[in-house]
Amino acid sequence: MIGKGIPRGFIITLKNFFRTPVTVQYPDRKVSIFEYAKIKKKNIFKLFFSQPMLSLKISLGLISVPSSVEQSQRFRGNEFTFFEERCTACASCAKYCPLGIIEIVSVPGGFDAQEGESYKLDVFDIDIGRCMFCGLCVEACPYDALHMGTKFEKSTYVRDNLIITKEELAKSEKSPSSFYRPQFEKEKFDPFKDNIKDHYKAGRHEKPEYKDLKKKWVDDR
Amino acid sequence: MSLETRPVTVNLGPQHPSTHGVFRMRVTFDGEEIIDVEPIFGYLHRGSEKLAEERTYSQIVTLTDRMDYVSSMLNNQAYILAVEKLCNIVPSPRGVWLRMIASELQRIASHFVATGFLLQDLGALGTPLIYCMRERENILDLFEMLCGARITNSYLRPGGVFMDAPDVFWPALSRSLGDIEKSIDEIEDYLSGNEIIFSRTKGTAVLSSESLVNASITGPMLRASGVDWDLRHRNPYDYYSEITFKRILHTASDNYARYWVRVQEMRESLKIISQCIKNIEPGPVRPSFDDVPRLVRPEPGDSYAAIEGSKGELGFYLVSDGGISPYRMHVRAPSLINLTLLREMLVGELFGDLFVIFGSVDLNMGEVDR
Repeated sequence: MIGKGIPRGFIITLKNFFRTPVTVQYPDRKVSIFEYAKIKKKNIFKLFFSQPMLSLKISLGLISVPSSVEQSQRFRGNEFTFFEERCTACASCAKYCPLGIIEIVSVPGGFDAQEGESYKLDVFDIDIGRCMFCGLCVEACPYDALHMGTKFEKSTYVRDNLIITKEELAKSEKSPSSFYRPQFEKEKFDPFKDNIKDHYKAGRHEKPEYKDLKKKWVDDR
Repeated sequence: MSLETRPVTVNLGPQHPSTHGVFRMRVTFDGEEIIDVEPIFGYLHRGSEKLAEERTYSQIVTLTDRMDYVSSMLNNQAYILAVEKLCNIVPSPRGVWLRMIASELQRIASHFVATGFLLQDLGALGTPLIYCMRERENILDLFEMLCGARITNSYLRPGGVFMDAPDVFWPALSRSLGDIEKSIDEIEDYLSGNEIIFSRTKGTAVLSSESLVNASITGPMLRASGVDWDLRHRNPYDYYSEITFKRILHTASDNYARYWVRVQEMRESLKIISQCIKNIEPGPVRPSFDDVPRLVRPEPGDSYAAIEGSKGELGFYLVSDGGISPYRMHVRAPSLINLTLLREMLVGELFGDLFVIFGSVDLNMGEVDR
């Protein structure tokens, strides 16, 4: 029958009318006064009588609160997390990078290392302006010094600022993602809530025994 | 007095919103009828095959993501199968099941995009496309749980996948399977019986199965003409031989048949995923680094592996000279080969159907030009 499709289409539209919206408001979202009181942990009546102008503005929809996007724990964001004390300057990450954007300069270091000769890191630059966040450098790191970050809001006006150096990495807030770090998932580390200091040891593989290393690198060869 | 008419040549593209990327066509019209088409492509050429010659086998996985950017898991799978054949790697069972789940999810996502954009080309501005994209978003969320990225996954590695699925993945997957089935029902409810879609797509761009086979066209386009050719069934790779699924066939070989085959294939993919979930066993997801090192160095030789991609037979041909990177990589891109009959499809049709026919091929410019 001709014309049957039109009411059927309207039924679909009506169904979607009562659906909860899938759109996520980002970076700000409008809130109702009830939600605002809940976020600020205030009694709604107290809020209404103490700040009547603010309450009026909220009711009119003029006030917005910051909102975040739900992310997975393995999210590969654009802020790397780097622990310099774990790095042996082996440059595995630089070799494994498909684009060759990691620059490492090392000098012979004096301190005692786990195995072999020891090197001190001098320059460690990642050009994240050209990075595609494949995570292969993180996969290559044998001592879990480099992690993908969960944050993705690093944007600058100048292209040169996108080269992140060792000093910037040391200063930045550490929220490593659990990409290729199964030990984080075993410890149930949540990068969005927990502090990395409480899970510091989880970021490292088990230290190899000297005799295992000798067997692998000396006896078996 | 007689009225003289002349054919008009119009340049469509490359920056045209309906050409699914940067595709250029020089079309000659006689009134509203198309009398000649000359496709011109290469505007998105990035030289992926040449770039692969100076990257190691593990690094090329990231290049394959960017070829067909709406079905990157399938590209990864095809490439990894070629590498495994070249290096004689025995993959880990759990890794294979995981990558089968991932690639079937990706097939559903790709078919959602194809369906949505076909309707967009038909003139249904916005709404059906947004409905399809909303369902695709569920699948992209699952990919984010698996590997941390939504589009450019690079999840697969030679011998399996790089990391096991997290605990939150399995309940989310079973929830999404139900949601996707419901949404396919909904799409079929308002589209498959719609008169406008019937009158616009039935009987347009009919191709004979002989010409399709002669032009080596594969995928949903071939199955819509009644030829039973599905590599998952004909030449089972991974563990597809342990799985039962129905091959979707249609005999009309017109635009509607192609759309119908895609929608029904999504249902079959859901069944395959639920069988994979039943069969999956605990274990390592990739061989140890002693068996498969990060820097594989295959013997001199060549290998070709093909999978049933979302658009057709997607194959990777690798030649090794014994070094750390391939001597030559060639991609059999289904999008490019499915465009072979574009002229036969378009000549004789009306201008309004041009983009509908073009969209029914389900091509992706990233794969056509590579």
